[in-house]
Amino acid sequence: MTISIPPSSSDQSKKLQPEGWLRYFSFSLDHKVIGIQYLVCGFIFYLIGGALASAIRIELVSPISDFMPRDVYNQVLTLHGTIMIFLWIVPVVNGAFGNYLIPFYVGARDMAFPRLNAVAFWMIPPAGLLLISSYFINGAAQSGWTAYPPLSITTPAAGQLIWILSVLLLGGSSIFGGINFIATILKLRRPGLRLMQLPMYCWAILGTSILVVLSTPVLAGTLVLLSFDIVAHTGFFNPTLGGNVVVYQHLFWFYSHPAVYIMVLPAFGLVSEILPVHSRKPLFGYTTMVYSIMAIVVLGFLVWAHHMFTSGTPPWMRLFFTIATSFIAVPTGIKFFNWVATLWGGKISINSAVLFSCGFIVNFVLGGITGVALAQVPFDVHAHDTYFVVAHFHYIVYGGSVFVIFSSIYHWYPKFTGRMLNDSIGKLHFALTFIGFNLCFAPQHWLGLNGMPRRVAEYDPQFIFFNQISSVGALIMAISTLPFLWNVINSAFTGPLAGDNPWSALTPEWLTSSPPPIENWEGEAPLVSKPYGYGENPEKPNLTSNILSDQSNSDSEEDEVKK
Amino acid sequence: MTTLTQNEQSSQVKHDQDSEHGDYRMFGLATFLVADAMTFAGFFAAYLTYKAVNPLLPDAIYELELPLPTLNTILLLVSSATFHRAGKALHSNNADRCQRWLLVTASLGIAFLASQMLEYFTLPFGLTDNVFASTFYALTGFHGLHVTLGAIMILIVWWQARSPNGRITEQNTFPLEAAELYWHFVDGIWVILFIILYLL
Repeated sequence: MTISIPPSSSDQSKKLQPEGWLRYFSFSLDHKVIGIQYLVCGFIFYLIGGALASAIRIELVSPISDFMPRDVYNQVLTLHGTIMIFLWIVPVVNGAFGNYLIPFYVGARDMAFPRLNAVAFWMIPPAGLLLISSYFINGAAQSGWTAYPPLSITTPAAGQLIWILSVLLLGGSSIFGGINFIATILKLRRPGLRLMQLPMYCWAILGTSILVVLSTPVLAGTLVLLSFDIVAHTGFFNPTLGGNVVVYQHLFWFYSHPAVYIMVLPAFGLVSEILPVHSRKPLFGYTTMVYSIMAIVVLGFLVWAHHMFTSGTPPWMRLFFTIATSFIAVPTGIKFFNWVATLWGGKISINSAVLFSCGFIVNFVLGGITGVALAQVPFDVHAHDTYFVVAHFHYIVYGGSVFVIFSSIYHWYPKFTGRMLNDSIGKLHFALTFIGFNLCFAPQHWLGLNGMPRRVAEYDPQFIFFNQISSVGALIMAISTLPFLWNVINSAFTGPLAGDNPWSALTPEWLTSSPPPIENWEGEAPLVSKPYGYGENPEKPNLTSNILSDQSNSDSEEDEVKK
Repeated sequence: MTTLTQNEQSSQVKHDQDSEHGDYRMFGLATFLVADAMTFAGFFAAYLTYKAVNPLLPDAIYELELPLPTLNTILLLVSSATFHRAGKALHSNNADRCQRWLLVTASLGIAFLASQMLEYFTLPFGLTDNVFASTFYALTGFHGLHVTLGAIMILIVWWQARSPNGRITEQNTFPLEAAELYWHFVDGIWVILFIILYLL
């Protein structure tokens, strides 16, 4: 049987795959295009979520509800939380950088399931638009991103149902992405590449995907039951019909505590890629890093009820979850000591990527310490549902994950576009973000400890001063976005050309052109057995395949000369 | 970056039609089924919690009849075996026998759904009566949805396995194997569901 190639095949592909910038609006199967789609889409939702956050801070400048009505305030805080978690951080730290980098790191031409990958991305824009549209239909959901019943059952149904549908779509997208990552990392590795030779981000994404695949379906099931309660008037979570609200909380947090690790573990991985490059040292304690990630994955499933210490949980349960939660500080602490040890004595170049990574280390340690404090029942009973908790988790998800996202954009922008970002504007962006962030959220610790509850539009006048400081910080954070936007857009056209490897990095994505060709490498994928081999043989990374054959010859020649 | 060169264009075509790596679709499906199992696990956990902490009033307690669900269990278990026979027939390149066994399997699945419906109509409680009733219908309904999807899948596989023009052949067994794995999964879930809902 002969196979004839139709002469018009390239024309057909032209129709299927638009060229140039239009491919970013197409159902592209290229993991690099999908990664950029995730990143830009996520950033647009970040701007929307940021605008909502600004609205919240404007409302809280004065202790009375004057900027917007109370129910609109509830809608705004619900949309802010949902957008920032499900449409910005989770898709960007996993979807954007994961899709772009993981195939490079495992030495593959694409993800294991490119079509599933494109489907997973294209579930996100409709879900986001659906969520935002609910505000204009009949008012958005008002019960916060946790959607606790009975609040979510008694508030207007339309907005809550649209919220559920949107989160189900985003959860489905997340599960498809997770399946794809697990298959790619475990099955698609270049022959000869062992698991313990993978860059750390692969481990982070593998751990995250395990969390996604095992926990997201539980949230989906729970939200379906919640929608039954709203639509069909069943009584799963409705105490007046014999239901039990605490069951919802258990099921919800079984997903949503791992969701915290879904947001920060990939960030840990990205930092582990960025710091060795810019401090010119191998990543300290690779093996302990791997085991720490896996320990966090396992423990992450055993700590969910620490969100429920004031929900009438029995004492044995409180004790168990306090101990399990405190244990998580151990692997997390190991990772932080390893990063500091990576930086220690290194030739650190102080650029925007490093500054944001170091900002992440500082902020996350602060957020981690308040996290351990909140895990202790006696303290948590006092601080639960106050602004102390708001400060804590913003230090984790903004001070942690979002700082890492910015750091990663500064680090990989040359690879994405082939052009460098302006580092001075980047440093200005960092200074504004770091000062604005700490000014915004540090005072909230004090507010919470003095008893200001979260999710209220009105508060006791004694809290005015610190709320206004916090709002000034939010204003600085909002302004900090402007130099970043200018930098990213302007540099795409006028930035200096980056070359293939502007940071002299050793990880595989830098061993190809910038931006990379469609097949990722012109020839065979390089086998990078030491992705962090800085300082060992700085001019010649430890490569095999086409690159190695040249180098090993020259190496052996050099060795002979030395002898 | 505005236009792709001829070289890039052809590598784009190669990229999209790339099949150089192995077939990991079964691995992906198995991972998805793990996720699906977690949805059921969530429902089971909710049900068992309700049973432990939300006791019903004495007049709302109702003992489920066992004959019909036992028949359902047998139907599904037999259908798993018949599906396995269909797969074996395909591997020995006997499309007709494969199609016959697939039809038997689909019939058993549809018989299960009919019997489930019969049970629903004879039960003395409705969806919103109490938490037990709601959870019962949510669990069996969610499982029934899986069986419905499975039966549709089997019928599609049955149509595609027709000889000589079908897509499913001895060389292309993935659709049949995927449907088979899914069907065994749904049967396994039923056995757990039967034990937890009816026997415990």
